[in-house]
Amino acid sequence: MGRIEKHPILSIPKRQDISFTFNSKKLTAKEEEVISSALFAHGINVFGHHPLDGSPQGLYCANGQCAHCMVVADGLPVKACMTVVSPGMTVQSLKGNPKMPQEDTVPKMVNVRTVKTPCLVIGGGPAGLSAAIELAKFGVRGILVDDKHTLGGKLTLQTHNFFGSRGDCYAGTRGIDIAHLLEEELKEYGGGLVDVWLNSSAVGVFCDGKVGIVKQGNHVLVKPDILLVATGAREKMLAFPGCDLPGVYGAGAFQTLVNRDLVHPTERLFICGGGNVGLISGYHALQAGIDVVGLVEALPECGGYKVHLDKLQRLGVPVYTSYTVCCVEGKDCVEKVVICGVDERFRRIPSTEKIFQVDTLLIAVGLSPVNEIYIKAKEYGMKVFAAGDAEEIAEASAAMFNGRIRGRKIVRETGKPCFIPEKWNEIAAVLQSKPGKEIEKSPHTLPGKVYPLIRCIQEIPCDPCTKVCPGNAIKVKEGTLTGQPSFEGDVCLGCAQCVLVCPGLAIVLVDERYDTEHKRALLTLPVELDNDNIGSCEEVTTVGPWGQGIGTGRVIGVRSAASQDRRRLILLDVPFEDRGHVAGIKLREATEGTRGSVPSAEEDVIICRCERVTKREIVQLIRCGYRDMNQIKAALRTGMGACGGKTCTELILGLFREEGVDLKDVILPVHRLPETEVPLGVFAGVKKGM
Amino acid sequence: MSNNYDVIVIGGGSIGVPTALFLTLEGQKVLVVESSSSVGQGQNKAALGGIRATHSDPAKILICQESLRIFSEWEQTHGQNIGWKKGGYCFPAYRTHEENILKSLLPIQKSFGLNIDWLDADGIREVVPGIQHEGLIGGTFSPDDGQASPLLAIDAMFRVSRERGCIYRFRERVVELLIEGNRVKGIRTEKDTYYTPVVVNAAGASAKGMGKLAGLDIPVTPDSHEAGISAPIEQFLGPLVVDLRPGPERKTSNFYFVQNNKGAVIFCYTPSKPFLGTNREPTSEFLPIVARRMVNLLPRLKNMLIRRVWRGLYPMTPDGLPICDCVHEIEGLYLAVGMCGQGFMIGPGIGRNMMNLILYGAPVMEQKIFDTLSFYRDFYGSKKEALK
Repeated sequence: MGRIEKHPILSIPKRQDISFTFNSKKLTAKEEEVISSALFAHGINVFGHHPLDGSPQGLYCANGQCAHCMVVADGLPVKACMTVVSPGMTVQSLKGNPKMPQEDTVPKMVNVRTVKTPCLVIGGGPAGLSAAIELAKFGVRGILVDDKHTLGGKLTLQTHNFFGSRGDCYAGTRGIDIAHLLEEELKEYGGGLVDVWLNSSAVGVFCDGKVGIVKQGNHVLVKPDILLVATGAREKMLAFPGCDLPGVYGAGAFQTLVNRDLVHPTERLFICGGGNVGLISGYHALQAGIDVVGLVEALPECGGYKVHLDKLQRLGVPVYTSYTVCCVEGKDCVEKVVICGVDERFRRIPSTEKIFQVDTLLIAVGLSPVNEIYIKAKEYGMKVFAAGDAEEIAEASAAMFNGRIRGRKIVRETGKPCFIPEKWNEIAAVLQSKPGKEIEKSPHTLPGKVYPLIRCIQEIPCDPCTKVCPGNAIKVKEGTLTGQPSFEGDVCLGCAQCVLVCPGLAIVLVDERYDTEHKRALLTLPVELDNDNIGSCEEVTTVGPWGQGIGTGRVIGVRSAASQDRRRLILLDVPFEDRGHVAGIKLREATEGTRGSVPSAEEDVIICRCERVTKREIVQLIRCGYRDMNQIKAALRTGMGACGGKTCTELILGLFREEGVDLKDVILPVHRLPETEVPLGVFAGVKKGM
Repeated sequence: MSNNYDVIVIGGGSIGVPTALFLTLEGQKVLVVESSSSVGQGQNKAALGGIRATHSDPAKILICQESLRIFSEWEQTHGQNIGWKKGGYCFPAYRTHEENILKSLLPIQKSFGLNIDWLDADGIREVVPGIQHEGLIGGTFSPDDGQASPLLAIDAMFRVSRERGCIYRFRERVVELLIEGNRVKGIRTEKDTYYTPVVVNAAGASAKGMGKLAGLDIPVTPDSHEAGISAPIEQFLGPLVVDLRPGPERKTSNFYFVQNNKGAVIFCYTPSKPFLGTNREPTSEFLPIVARRMVNLLPRLKNMLIRRVWRGLYPMTPDGLPICDCVHEIEGLYLAVGMCGQGFMIGPGIGRNMMNLILYGAPVMEQKIFDTLSFYRDFYGSKKEALK
């Protein structure tokens, strides 16, 4: 807990201290910091207790979509994750339902304004931003809204180098930097054409074709000719005992805390989910100096890119495949996690439990499109497009590319001529593709010389290494983006450009010239962790591509330069016979879980967190024949809380499946506006600050 | 299972479910046919939940007195919480126009034994803390009225009726009314045929279409009202508050809101020009208008968070009164339709009366008053209800 004081990738800005109180305790926040992050910085992760049953509440979505982090700030109920601390602010835990301050004079109110625009883009993430750039390039006016204070969406949380195609979507560049590049590009073309509204959230689309936007606290209606929904994704959740404890949250929340707000939300993290999101989050945690105790994946293999997995394993994170989380235990927040093995039908295998002492469990088990506005707009007959995750869940590189295509389609829709290269659709499809098969082949080496060893054996859309080699000696199969790269030259200059650019950190330079007697070899390894002591520790343990021990080596130097984009190169002296096996150095010890059994409280699992509805209650109704989720909602209030069913809807569908109900017979709940809760005064036209 | 029933109720909503419940409790074998997927998916779930007997029309007063009894005693009788809150109704007056209307209704309301009185401005400020005091003359307050959750109430009635043997068929649209001679024989749906000597049309907004199957022209036309709900706030408001004034924006003829037993504030307005038709999608106009009116009347509400909005249908009759009757031309066909947006509060009272009418030939309430709800009345002659 506390603040991140140093980070290998992110710069730590100097920010002013602001004092505020939480439950009468005097604390300091940083300027522009949201309440939740300020509390985490002080080690506070329980913000209050639920009005219905007193269960502890903390941060969950960190995105303004739920109400778990609800606190009372200066007398008003607010979401801690979306509310910036102001000097002298009094923050209190919610005790029961919030009391309305007795402000009984009628405030001044103004009429809601309707703004017409040729195109409204909702969401300033990779897809929306890319689309807006295309609009601007072709002279189409529009408005781009985003609910955060900066553009870039989830790009702003990604410290790692992106995959994809270097020419088409900034592969090899870090997400945080891509956000800036796109923003600059928009400024370059879009000056005066695309209006950017920050801190502006879309509350929904109405049947009269208007979109409600709360722009910096004021309600505006936008009537677009064309609407582009680029609202991204929301994370799926799992239901297990303790899943509702503070300290269980998604990757988005984690990355927001760590990479945006630079706080340490945890000392010991466990991860559930071996897709890219889970793997990358683990890497982000390690970069922030957080101990990643382990990662479980219910499938026999992790679904994320193998290079991401290898990276994590090389850093000593144990990965348990065919394992799942049984439960989380703790009084007011997570204290330990229990995992157990599962068979091919995901049934738990008895006596395989392992218990780990952790304070946080990160859930990364998939994403669902945030497409409610898109679906409604379509139903209302509006000209509407979706892009990025809102259209189809894929990598951010795909979202950027896909956003560009949508942007150009919108340009065409406005009647302006605009060319969409045919090959763009192909590239988009490749970028969206799932990782392909793994093919091991013996690497091409140059005995007695220097050469790269590329440990990239899985078909993924990625090409930066092929573009940076000055000798043009790294190739992928002609015309493909997903082919495996291989070194095919007779000469390697030893420049290590490929080592520096590979997003998977999967390339090591082997120098056999180092010792003419061929007793030792010199390896050049990439590292992105903030271990200042690496340079000084001469003797290190070496590890193979997935963390298995190889032997020992000596660090003879660390190369870092501004041109290396925050990636350092370790020059490692290893025994000659190890040169083809060493892929990294051991930087940390893995934690072993203890054996133990788990009390089963499956039935009391909370499914609807907002209204505190248990699995037992829902299953009872399903067994009574309830098939309409609207009826379950009426009877139990599932989905009637602040989040509007964003988390529980999928979980309830899962319960239907578990009960053997054909999902064709299940009626989904009706979606209702607004997408997030908004004070009545905002709709009334009470000016902010009045 | 045999497809023969004592009574078939068309419509599993605010009227159909209580009607089926009371018939079932009397030992009848009842089938409810509903075109949507579960009970209350029509207008029931769009209701605010207010329940008052303090109407101006005698029939509605009597029916709602019955409803109030049923709702208020439900938890005691059946053990299910239906969100009952006895908070009363309050009609504040800021102009002599509304003052006169409200005061003129008191004698008839009192003649039915209703607990309602005129309070002065201070009295109103006591029952509606924080109400705009400038220009407040006074208003009526009827502490025995109340509210319940339409969602919980209909689910509770559904469960009790089903436990007692009532059969529900969902996702079945009635396509034919089977008539032999001048007698009801049964119904045919898209999926099956069911036989019965008694059919009750409780089809809410679809009542007119159901009537056509019997060759009847039922004068029920839906229009729509939008509503919304806040996140729960600390309980501070007892009564459902109705502001009878038309809005300065010329879009609303009155508006009302209530804090339910969960603490959420539910609100709605009556558009000055009715939205005809069956569109149930929200408009961008509603929130700005209703929010402005609410903040003007009760400024402290400005800080509560708005959680959800929706739009529901009011199956209107020309004179604003329900139609509860047996059809003379077709023996065994009953109508319980045209609730004009008050189906939820009227429902249990109507259910009781329809049950009695069907089984014992007479309503529970005084026949003469019940007759004012006749299908054969002059819908255009009598004056409209004052407190609609």
